[in-house]
Amino acid sequence: MTIKDWFNKRKELQIAHRELEEAQIDDSIGKLWIKCYNCNAQLLKKDVEDNLDVCPQCNYHFRINSEKRIQQLFDEGSFKEMFTDVLPTDPLNFEDTETYKNRLKSAKEKTNLNEAVKCGEAKIDGERVSAAVMDFEYMGGSMGSVVGEKITRAMEYALQEKIPMIAVTASGGARMQESALSLMQMAKTSCAVARLNEAGLLYITVLTEPTFGGVTASFATLGDIIIAEQGARIGFAGRRVIEQTIKQSLPSDFQTAEYLMKYGQIDILSTRKDLKATISNLLKLHKPYVVKEETVKKVKEVSEKKTTTAKKKTVSKKKKVKVEA
Amino acid sequence: MLMLRFEKPLYDLRAKINELEEMGKRSDKDMTKEIQHFEQAAEEFAEELYANLTPSQKIQIARHPERPNFKDLVDRISENFVEFHGDREGTDDRAIAGGPATIDGIPVMIVGTYKGKSTKDNLIHNFGMPQPQGYRKALRLFKHAERFNMPIITLIDTPGAYPGIKAEETAQGTAIAVNLAELAKLKVPVIAIITGEGCSGGALGLAVANKVLMFEHAYYTVISPEGCASILWRDAALADKAAEALKITADDLLKFDIIDDIIKEPRGGAHYDYDLTAKNLKKKILKNLKELMSKSADELRNERYEKFRTKGVIAK
Ligand SMILES: [Zn+2]
Repeated sequence: MTIKDWFNKRKELQIAHRELEEAQIDDSIGKLWIKCYNCNAQLLKKDVEDNLDVCPQCNYHFRINSEKRIQQLFDEGSFKEMFTDVLPTDPLNFEDTETYKNRLKSAKEKTNLNEAVKCGEAKIDGERVSAAVMDFEYMGGSMGSVVGEKITRAMEYALQEKIPMIAVTASGGARMQESALSLMQMAKTSCAVARLNEAGLLYITVLTEPTFGGVTASFATLGDIIIAEQGARIGFAGRRVIEQTIKQSLPSDFQTAEYLMKYGQIDILSTRKDLKATISNLLKLHKPYVVKEETVKKVKEVSEKKTTTAKKKTVSKKKKVKVEA
Repeated sequence: MLMLRFEKPLYDLRAKINELEEMGKRSDKDMTKEIQHFEQAAEEFAEELYANLTPSQKIQIARHPERPNFKDLVDRISENFVEFHGDREGTDDRAIAGGPATIDGIPVMIVGTYKGKSTKDNLIHNFGMPQPQGYRKALRLFKHAERFNMPIITLIDTPGAYPGIKAEETAQGTAIAVNLAELAKLKVPVIAIITGEGCSGGALGLAVANKVLMFEHAYYTVISPEGCASILWRDAALADKAAEALKITADDLLKFDIIDDIIKEPRGGAHYDYDLTAKNLKKKILKNLKELMSKSADELRNERYEKFRTKGVIAK
């Protein structure tokens, strides 16, 4: 429903960007520069990369892939990828202007990824978590059978290990090429969240640019804590679909993380720079406090003493009553 | 009865038969043989036509303005229905209807999307497209049912959750997501029936059930064929192509293990015979109710989890 919007907008920007780049590149030095989509500043690629892919001038957050996200969010080298043997297939023999098989093939070639999500165990400031990190570069981060399965397995791993679950979303929504099978992934992942809820395990979602459709309407918005990254666009229906339905144009900040904050849909709005520290702090805050055995013993003793004294008092009162009677 | 475009040859044949009958009445000529001939032709044609409906023809039937809606079905399958209203947070979304009733004496909670029949009605019920408040109203009724140990029946016929400004501001995605997770937790049996259109998350928000049934000509999909065509083919006019590719019919979905059973419709579609449609529906509901009501809360929850846990196809 929404992939097209994103795809189009992204494509337009990319084309404009490429044209501009081509016009400017007279020599190889040009390749070292990028232009900020937001403030139009010419920036040294390296400066942007050193700044977590955030524009040093206007703080615009460039979209990043799963590899960079993992690097930025988890302790160095701590991410151990799991479920890499879960691979996509083409159960419907789907073909639009291209076959689904070809789309899968070119997505893999383009991104060097097997699917639109990476799952595994990782550490944040030493704390173990089960993590799912989506990648928009692989077919718009769309959720088909494999994405749903891997995310569910990651949640089941959190259940098994009794560790917090963290999902970082970036997706246009459910993958159309798997039709109802994709729709079912919304139910599957949400059922897995229900189990996390019942087990009392912490589930944090981080909504990043962009998060839409079937992902928004399932595990993404079921976090015990929902964090949205600054500037990310997040919603259920795509902007164009809404504009066509209501026949009016929408405010420019519509469906931004800031907009969601205003309407009470997220807990925390975070910059990319603060994200890891924010999550790390939340993990600490939600660690159950265990009362020392010694303290438990003392409290027990005191309460037992009280009960005995109370009993004695009742007994003596009763006696008195008897005497009076 | 509104004639669908693909039904025209059949309606033409019937008109011809009427014409012959009129002619027979007016003259002394015996038309019986000719009438019989045309009637047989019409019958054969109808059999052939309705037995081989294409996905886009089924969509036309599923969207037929006279297709039995929530009220038509509830009136015919249950007794003592009492409609409950509101989300208790300021809104009564009329795209969702629901309340307790009995089916053959068994108390149940029936919740569904509501499509109007007239333009005025359709505006009141927003063409069966719920706002987030509708999903929250549905959830309130689910919890009510759980508290009083009533099985839940959902009747789904929606072009999708409403895409609008207020819907986004009040968290359409979250409202649906919460229903998916909460339905998973329920301790009572849940039976979902796709009665007409089962579009996207808007339908799924009422369909995380122990049993998912579907009417013969209903359709159930991740995205409307029009939406899919405009995204993948960049041309909404290619909806028929998208409808084929998306495998949205009951037969296809049974094959892919998305649904559990198909409910037969009268020939040509549910709108031709409400009573027969409701009779078929009631029979299937009772069969499944009896099976599910003999299970414990844990069994129901575990089976529901496993049912959705195993959905999807990955490479071998
Ligand atoms: Zn900038």
